[in-house]
Amino acid sequence: MSEIQIEIDGKELKATEGMTVLEAAQCAGIYIPTLCHHEKLEPFGGCRVCIVEVEANGWTKLVVSCVYPVEENIVVRTRSEKVDRIRKTIIELLMAHAPDSPQLQDLAQEYGADKDRFEKDASFCIHCGLCVRYCAEVVKKNAIGFVDRGINKEISFIPEIAAKECNDCKECFPLCPTSYLQAAFVLTEALAFPPPSSEPVSEE
Amino acid sequence: MSQINSPAELEEFRKGILSKRDPNKPCISICAGAGCIASGADEVIEAFKAQIEKEGLTAKVDTKGTGCPGFCERGPVVVIYPEEICYLEVTAEDVPEIVLQTIKENKVVDRLLFVDPVTGEKAIHESDISFYKNQERNVLCNNIKIDSKSIDDYLAIGGYSALAKALSQMTDLKVLEEVKKSNLRGRGGAGFPAGRKWEGSRNAPEPIKYVIVNADEGDPGAFMDRALLEGNPHSILEGLIIGAYAIGSHEGYFYVRQEYPLAVENINRAIKQAQEYGLLGENILGSGFDFKVFVHQGAGAFVCGESTALMASLEGRVGEPRPKYTRSNIKGLWQRPSVLNNVETWANVPLIINKGADWFTQIGTESSKGTKIFSLVGKITNTGLVEVPMGMSLRDIIYKIGGGIPNGKKFKAVQTGGPSGGCIPQDQLGLQVGFDELTKAGSMMGSGGMIVLDEDTCMVDVARYFINFLTEESCGKCVPCREGLRQMHRILTNITKGKGKESDIELLEELSETAVEASLCALGKSAPNPFLSTLRYFRDEYEAHIKEKRCPALSCKDLISYYIDPDKCTACMICARKCPADAIDGGKKKIHIIDQEKCTNCGTCFEVCPSKFNAVTKISGETVPSPISEEKRIITKKSPRKSK
Repeated sequence: MSEIQIEIDGKELKATEGMTVLEAAQCAGIYIPTLCHHEKLEPFGGCRVCIVEVEANGWTKLVVSCVYPVEENIVVRTRSEKVDRIRKTIIELLMAHAPDSPQLQDLAQEYGADKDRFEKDASFCIHCGLCVRYCAEVVKKNAIGFVDRGINKEISFIPEIAAKECNDCKECFPLCPTSYLQAAFVLTEALAFPPPSSEPVSEE
Repeated sequence: MSQINSPAELEEFRKGILSKRDPNKPCISICAGAGCIASGADEVIEAFKAQIEKEGLTAKVDTKGTGCPGFCERGPVVVIYPEEICYLEVTAEDVPEIVLQTIKENKVVDRLLFVDPVTGEKAIHESDISFYKNQERNVLCNNIKIDSKSIDDYLAIGGYSALAKALSQMTDLKVLEEVKKSNLRGRGGAGFPAGRKWEGSRNAPEPIKYVIVNADEGDPGAFMDRALLEGNPHSILEGLIIGAYAIGSHEGYFYVRQEYPLAVENINRAIKQAQEYGLLGENILGSGFDFKVFVHQGAGAFVCGESTALMASLEGRVGEPRPKYTRSNIKGLWQRPSVLNNVETWANVPLIINKGADWFTQIGTESSKGTKIFSLVGKITNTGLVEVPMGMSLRDIIYKIGGGIPNGKKFKAVQTGGPSGGCIPQDQLGLQVGFDELTKAGSMMGSGGMIVLDEDTCMVDVARYFINFLTEESCGKCVPCREGLRQMHRILTNITKGKGKESDIELLEELSETAVEASLCALGKSAPNPFLSTLRYFRDEYEAHIKEKRCPALSCKDLISYYIDPDKCTACMICARKCPADAIDGGKKKIHIIDQEKCTNCGTCFEVCPSKFNAVTKISGETVPSPISEEKRIITKKSPRKSK
């Protein structure tokens, strides 16, 4: 892997080929906000708050830093008027779902986002997919997945798997930016977990 | 059938087919495309077969169900060769007369001919019909000539000669160079040069490569790909094999939407036939080139027309796009170089190979070459598929081919490019159709949808309709598309209901910027177009809705009222009887009045009021005049009424 020279927010730094802009920034201690990123997971590119401005070969474009690979001599700006405006809108859109999420509240303060700008759809889930992807990629149990599409998309535990796997794991719980995941789990447990086996548990 | 092992054998075989066919033998071609079948083409075909047999003409006359010639508005379409007599809207009852008159006595059945709506002249031959006369049909032209179920029919019109030429007379590189030189741009939406896409895959180091046909046509009102898939599947297959040869691929896929059952059936049959003839499989035409094809049915997601979502779906995963910073022609299906082109793009390839890039580049504009098939629908006299050279003006397409706007209405706009396209107004009708020209006007070529809108169409409602479609079809992966469109749809709906706020336009613009700049795939990036283009050309309509609570097109139900003009009402009782809400008060000789509280704005009274009275009017943005006094409502003979 060869070394690549890039510039982020005026800082000259070295990155490794194959890295994303976000990884390069994080290595250099430069902060870019994220909601759906997790270092153990494949880049997803869903929340789009990590959007940055990249200048390459005289062209400036907006790219999503968690999936955009570093290239020789690119100049990255992690904040600009446009970047901030887009981040603000994204945060406002998500706060229509989860106005009380601490992570969103912090971001809202930073970007001056108004949590009441859009009509509320209090689903509490922001579809970052951290739980779904963590269970699939790290735990490899697929106890939770997305169902349906678009605005009807939601997370759903698969009761048959979740009943077996989740009680001893729950590693995804702290990842959820809104605590909706815990609620969904409790709901699934109460409503859909298969009834405990009627046969007495054998003692070994 | 024994396999054909060389280009020479193919030519021999073709001669064999042609020698058994007499070009002067009458042939009754009946469109068997989905549109005509819906209008009863199946019964017409059966009736012709039965009648021909009854008359003992089976040996003398051929009958075949063919592909779609495009004039769906007037189907079932029947063309009788060799004279090319064209009958429209034929029913099974017309069949005995056609056989008796035209086949037996060589006379034309006058009443089934096309009558030009402007000149009133009748057109006997297909090529005389104004709808066809102004088209340039290079890709669609064979649909009506062949039975799409018959590979021999395709061979009889020169089918697979381009493949033979490519494999025997051209190197793979030469084929690529020819397609590059033709500047063929993708017909599916983005207009990316096909040759450059192919070259990227060809040069990619990974040895296993794929070629894919994008047949997931999902734009509302668009059906050009369906017509080709159903009507001339071999032409697409031939293009695909040639493309595979050019880039060094040995495996191809048809991604066809499940909602096109006839297309799926015809493509599967075509593949089977081509395999039997040795035009697919190992050592095609003795060239040493191997290629196999599989058909995959999409499960009904519009977003699967997007390249990376389509490939994810082909791999058996959820049909969601992935970030495309590495193009799919380098890393596509199963992370391997994959050339994905639209149905119409592939169907152009055999023509380019046979006739040459120089022929192809003669047609069209500087940056858009060749012809393009559009599905011309909406408020237009001649609905159907039209194929025109790039560079034809929108005005010519709509008026010369489409026959203008029906019912004496005024043209308002034409929506091009599918749901994420835009609306182009009257003063831009001179615009030449081409990829860059349409984009510059704030719309796009897309896959070729063309929806004509008349003066009764509300442009805010059009934007709301398309944004709603895209909201429902968003995959839901990224926030700007999933959430941004949800809110845009909500705001637009509010505006059409008279609940718009002054700040709404600005808010919509901001949501549009976020979707355009930050969405993951092309669906989200282009989704605000319906709003942005209608705002650009029809801002006054938005403002009327928001500021005056008025719908200028008198279309938004919540912003209009119906009113009976007491001077025109003759108390005929028709509207009162038909009103489903029981909102009309009145009786014999008593002028009718609509109770605005009860009225649901369904418009029934407006439609049923006899045109000689025209007493019911639609109003918007003004208060309904208060009802006249009870005594004035009584119609007496001496009343000073404007009687005729």
